[in-house]
Amino acid sequence: MKRYTIFVITENFIGILNRITIIFTRRGINIDALTASESRLEGIHRITIEVTASEDTVIQLVNQIEKIIDVIKAFHHEDENVVYQEIALYKIPVSRLDGGLEKIIRQHNAKIIAAEPDFVVLELTGHKEQTQELLEILKTYGLLEFARSGRVAVAKRMLTIDSFVK
Amino acid sequence: MKDSMIRGADIVVRSLIAENAEIIFGYPGGAIMPVYDALHDYHDEVRHVLTRHEQGAIHAAQGYARVSGKVGVCIATSGPGATNLITGLADAQIDSTPLVCITGQVASHLLGTDAFQETDVLGISMAATKWNIQVRRVEDIAPAIAKGFYIAKSGRPGAVLIDITKDAQTNFGEFNYSKCLGFRSYKTHIPVEKTAIQEAAFLINMAKRPYVLFGQGVVLGQAEAELKAFLDKSGIPAACTLLGSGSLSEDHPNYVGKLGMHGNYAPNMLTNQCDVLIAVGMRFDDRVTGDLKRYAKQAKVIHLELDPAEINKIVRCEVAVLGNCKDSLSLLTDAVKANAYPEWMAQFKELAEQERASVIDPDLTPTKPGLTMGEVIHQINKYKADDAILVTDVGQHQMIAWRYFNYKKPRTQVTSGGLGTMGFALPAALGAQMYDFSRQVVCVVGDGGIQMTIQELGTIMQTKAPVKIVLLNNNFLGMVRQWQQMFFDKRYSFTELDNPDFVKIAEAYNIQAQKVTERGNLQEAIEDMLIHDGPYFLEVVVEKEDNVFPMIATGCSVEEVRLS
Repeated sequence: MKRYTIFVITENFIGILNRITIIFTRRGINIDALTASESRLEGIHRITIEVTASEDTVIQLVNQIEKIIDVIKAFHHEDENVVYQEIALYKIPVSRLDGGLEKIIRQHNAKIIAAEPDFVVLELTGHKEQTQELLEILKTYGLLEFARSGRVAVAKRMLTIDSFVK
Repeated sequence: MKDSMIRGADIVVRSLIAENAEIIFGYPGGAIMPVYDALHDYHDEVRHVLTRHEQGAIHAAQGYARVSGKVGVCIATSGPGATNLITGLADAQIDSTPLVCITGQVASHLLGTDAFQETDVLGISMAATKWNIQVRRVEDIAPAIAKGFYIAKSGRPGAVLIDITKDAQTNFGEFNYSKCLGFRSYKTHIPVEKTAIQEAAFLINMAKRPYVLFGQGVVLGQAEAELKAFLDKSGIPAACTLLGSGSLSEDHPNYVGKLGMHGNYAPNMLTNQCDVLIAVGMRFDDRVTGDLKRYAKQAKVIHLELDPAEINKIVRCEVAVLGNCKDSLSLLTDAVKANAYPEWMAQFKELAEQERASVIDPDLTPTKPGLTMGEVIHQINKYKADDAILVTDVGQHQMIAWRYFNYKKPRTQVTSGGLGTMGFALPAALGAQMYDFSRQVVCVVGDGGIQMTIQELGTIMQTKAPVKIVLLNNNFLGMVRQWQQMFFDKRYSFTELDNPDFVKIAEAYNIQAQKVTERGNLQEAIEDMLIHDGPYFLEVVVEKEDNVFPMIATGCSVEEVRLS
């Protein structure tokens, strides 16, 4: 079992996300994270799926995703072959702020992006391991809320979407 | 409004006509009424068959599609009409049958409000279709139907559902039909790679015991002649899957029989002795492979397949030859040496003899008093036409009929293979017969399955489709009973049936009927049935507790196929 990033390039078609997730549901495979966005080309969307599975399984998932009529292309990469980021937000009560927290914020390169009378919101962008490490620390600071995005990723190899859209 | 504008409902019907749909199976209801109103105006150009249930309509469309090679069309209303199609969609999708189903939907302003007869048909049918779409605007109807037909029949065929809101059907729009010729996200033509052919030919030319397994891909790719040419030259023995039956005449010298759980003895046993396995348009269904850990491990596998998602899905192959097997088989025929494998072939014959002595002879020419299902099929073979179509349901009778029916022509086999849908046969036989009244359509069905869609006798009565229905009645859900006997200590839990008087039922539908309980009356009854002008219902009371053999029990290897 390994962590893979699956990229799916699709037409902007109603229900396409449902069709893709059904393939995971059928096999009882959990999607670790999923993001969908417009691509550089108008009318074409890209979906990034993070999944932990064996390579055989991932290949079959990708083949079945690519079989969906409105999917233009699907492929998978191991973590080494993608550049990816996730964003995490942490809500901390003002009452718990102290000098120790300032040090932690500096060490992790986190940012305070909002300050309200009762709480502040920290932001950290990075890999899951990094945002997870900060999460564990902030739990001792009375963490009120935590949210983490799915990964946004681009492949390292020099292929562009244009080559699939003909 | 311009004079040239027509109702959405008329656009639906004219689009179907533009796709050369000659027959539609369906059932009306509230949300599809505008389309039914339009059908009233076009009955000279397209025929509509009113079934007695939407499931009957879709199975009939499947039967029609399987025999004709054309896209089957069916229409239903929203809500329950649409949900009644789901079994047929799943059946068509898993058996790669081209279908376009049109469902009515509540008016677009009511979508999502739990309106009367509203269901999320798009959501419900998604996992059971190749493609589906909801149309809410009149101008989108014709393009959706054009795209739907293209998707249903191209590439690996499948089921398409088009859900059309009632307001789209009643609004007016222009009708300019243009057929879909392809679009960027869907590639249907995969050119065969020369290197793959070379690698495959290399393995085949080196092989001592090569073995061909062919499936429905041969039928769908219209590659029957190419398969025959390949076998003629290569001399390789060949066995078929359930849905591959008919694509090679059983009289062909290389033909060695049928694969799978209730296939023939030799083809299963020797799967584990071949050195090169050439799979042509088949997908290694678990009913074919048995235990995968002990399936053809000694063999190098060559897979000729159109659908990239099938490659390495079940069995890892040495060489994948992607593309239509019509193309790949003819390239491969050029690349392989002319050859013969007399010793290898003799192994098949030897095992076939064992099967004949211990299974086939007792099945076809029994000496015990009770009638066997096998002898009924044997008698049908004697009198049937060469191009007779056999439609079967699911269960013991299906396996027996498949084993013993003498297939000679392509597209003569209609059965629910992948999904195993009981209740499939009667409506599918109706659909097959509607394609061509001059063909013999023999519907072999069990006493369990027929009662799941028995209402379609009404459709047979109304259309006068001359379907020959052969009910093999053992007063049991026979296949389940067989498993209970073999694997559940004969605990016959809810498998025995108290049945109605089937002959009376058939006669109530004005269908000539006869019941046979004695061997002496069987031959004449079958002759009577096959020469009868019009639909015919023949009930044959067979031995209650007969079993189907050979059998590969679940979890067993192909070489553990049992003769008793």
